[in-house]
Amino acid sequence: MDKLLKPLTALGASAPLRKSLGPWELVERVDVALASVAPRRGREGEVARADVPVPAVAASVQGDPWSSFWLTPDMFMVEAPFASHEDIRAHLLGIYGDAASVTEQTDAWVRFDLLGPGLERLMAKLCNVDVVAAPEGYATRTVIEHMGCYLIKRAPSSEGAVTLYGARSMAGSLLHAITLAAGTVA
Amino acid sequence: MLIPHPLLGLRDAQEFVYMGDAALIGRPDGGDIATLHNYLYLRDNPAGEHRELWYHEQGDRSWLVVTRNTATHEILGAELARDVARAKGRSK
Repeated sequence: MDKLLKPLTALGASAPLRKSLGPWELVERVDVALASVAPRRGREGEVARADVPVPAVAASVQGDPWSSFWLTPDMFMVEAPFASHEDIRAHLLGIYGDAASVTEQTDAWVRFDLLGPGLERLMAKLCNVDVVAAPEGYATRTVIEHMGCYLIKRAPSSEGAVTLYGARSMAGSLLHAITLAAGTVA
Repeated sequence: MLIPHPLLGLRDAQEFVYMGDAALIGRPDGGDIATLHNYLYLRDNPAGEHRELWYHEQGDRSWLVVTRNTATHEILGAELARDVARAKGRSK
C-alpha cells in the first residue's frame, strides 16, 4: 500500500512548499501533529501536572517533544513531531486519561512559518496583531482576509519568526494573501 | 472603540460582534408564557449605562458582558459572560 497511497500537502503537492517572499521565507510545515486539549472542569490541576506544558493566556510554550499554544479559555493546542506522534490523540489520552477532552487536529490546519527580520511590515499588512509589541511566544487568533488564523510569535522581532495556522481547506487562499501582501510591502 | 477584554487586554471593537442585551443570560427556566414573552421580546433601551453581550468572533471566541454608556459610547468594563452567568447560578 505504501507504493499506492501518497499523501498530499494542504496545497495539493507531494512536498511541502518552501518559498522566498522578497526578504522573507515561507516554509510550509507538514511535520507537526496537532491536537486540542480542553481540561474538564475541576480537573485543570491534573492537566497542569502532566508532562505536556499548559500555556498561559495568549502565550505558547516550546518543548521537546510537546509544545503548546493557547486557543481560548480552558482550551489549548498541543504540537508534537509528526514522525513520532502521528497518533497524537492516543498519546495524549494516555497522559490525561479522562481529565481532558482531546481532539485530533492535525489534518484540519495548514501551517506556514514565516522567517526573516522585518516581518512586522508583512504582518501589519495581513492582520491587526502588533507583532513588535507582542512578547516572544505570543499566541493569538486573528483574521487574515476573512480567514480565522492562529498566529504565534516564535522569536524576537529582530530575528523574525512567525507561525500561522490557517484552515487546511483554505490553504491556497491564505498563501495567496501572504504572497500578495509580501509583494506590496517587501 | 477598544474593548478591555478581561484576558487579552484592549482589543479593537471590530474583532467583536454585538450579541444583544446581557439580560439574555437570564433565560427563564419554564415559567408562564408572559415571562417567556417578556424575555424574548421586551428590552430596556436606556440612555446611559447598559450591560450587553459581545462575542469575540475574530479573537478567542469568548463571550463578554460589556458595560457601555449608550449616550457617550464610553466602555465602563468587561467581564467574561460565563463568570457573570455562574455568579447568577446558571451554567452549572
